[in-house]
Amino acid sequence: MSSSAPRHREKAQVLDESALDRALTRIAHEILEKNGGAKDLAFVGLRTRGVSLAHRLGAKIAQIDGTTLPVGTLDITLYRDDLGMRGTPVIRGTDIPFSIKDKTVILVDDVLFTGRTIRAALDAIIDLGRPTAIQLACLIDRGHRELPIRPDYVGKNLPTSRRESVAVRLREHDGEDRVVIEEPEEG
Amino acid sequence: MGWTRKDLLSMRELDAGEITLLVDTAASLQEIASRDIKKVPALRGKTVVNLFYESSTRTRTSFEIAGKWLSADVINFSASGSSTTKGESFIDTAKNIAAMSPDVVVVRHSSAGAADLLARELPCSIVNAGDGAHEHPTQALLDLLTIREKKGHFDGLHVAIVGDIAHSRVARSDIHGMRKLGMTVTVAGPPTLIPPFVQELGAKVSYRLEDAIGDVDVIMMLRLQQERMTAGLIPSLREYARFWGLTLDKLARHARPDVLIMHPGPVNRGIELAPEVADGPYSVILDQVSRGVAVRMGVLLLLAGHKGGDGA
Repeated sequence: MSSSAPRHREKAQVLDESALDRALTRIAHEILEKNGGAKDLAFVGLRTRGVSLAHRLGAKIAQIDGTTLPVGTLDITLYRDDLGMRGTPVIRGTDIPFSIKDKTVILVDDVLFTGRTIRAALDAIIDLGRPTAIQLACLIDRGHRELPIRPDYVGKNLPTSRRESVAVRLREHDGEDRVVIEEPEEG
Repeated sequence: MGWTRKDLLSMRELDAGEITLLVDTAASLQEIASRDIKKVPALRGKTVVNLFYESSTRTRTSFEIAGKWLSADVINFSASGSSTTKGESFIDTAKNIAAMSPDVVVVRHSSAGAADLLARELPCSIVNAGDGAHEHPTQALLDLLTIREKKGHFDGLHVAIVGDIAHSRVARSDIHGMRKLGMTVTVAGPPTLIPPFVQELGAKVSYRLEDAIGDVDVIMMLRLQQERMTAGLIPSLREYARFWGLTLDKLARHARPDVLIMHPGPVNRGIELAPEVADGPYSVILDQVSRGVAVRMGVLLLLAGHKGGDGA
């Protein structure tokens, strides 16, 4: 987040802690249902909050199914279509310590918006190998797609205006679990 | 913390934050080397020219690999086989290459200040890949990355840089970088090969190998640069090897068991470094080379990757 960005104030809370947890539980069940179990599944979370969500989904599936799925971390900075338009690129590294070949990769992100991040993530994953399939899970789908990309699992569909932003706050990073809509402060 | 420089010319001009940004970026890019498909699209459509007026194995190759892994187009220019042999001057050649609109020019030259000159004259980004006995910043960065990976941190580390300090651009860049990150540096070598400036840079000086390597975390052995030497600096190669060559025996008797042995290459085996040491368990010489590709990817990415941005 750039320091020169306008200040935002909270407009509404979308999910509280228990609603967020229920959404993840439902997504975990949907993943198992759609794939007929946990066989050959792997999670790849998008930095930063997608990684935490991927670990939480992995823990839920371990609870439900008893299977521990691998969880990887993807940094898509090198694949962005706006590299060089956003100041210094900050590379924090990709860490996928397992083969994705012949796996169904479940890509996890916090907010799905234009779809450009997911486009970059698809390229990045395919450069690492040939998975059987890639599915997309996101906690919030806020609309405004600019590319033909749709999620397989959604925590909550949230119609927003473009000037608003959606902040997913997670315990691991922000000390609390909740999702809020923010809007720029006037003046 | 952002990168705002057009060029990378020296370690002297960088502050600790910029050095850390470069090392962190390189560290994050290392995983590309272990991929099956070693290519990411970050610098697609960017052109990198390697302008080398001195021979080089590691630096030129690693800049080329780094550029290619980032999807840049990399063109190699070497002075032999070019119009330089027809008498074209350095700056004329450089301006002609710049007229072909490269994004980054990586330059190595035997004269100190060659990279600075290009940085002033050309609109593209310039990377100094070694200018005379002045600086070699990407070598210092890869040394720093190797040290941090092996030791886990920089805090309070003590490094001995041994050998031909006078002719070494690596020593200069290393001293600047290490001092800025809070490390202690001792340089050691025969008095004829230790220039007076090292104390101004905050390095300690020792004239005995055995004293210098006693209580250090890292020993950086330098190549005796015979091609840059005028006669009379050392009595003989054999005497130099005897007093300044690092052998297993000297290591066992004087150095700590967890010491790292580094060398920027190329190694004069049997002169500054015994083969058993160069290939031995303390040696991280080839790790340095691997890190070199990551460091050069980081440098190219930061220089070419933020161009056109408003820096916001």
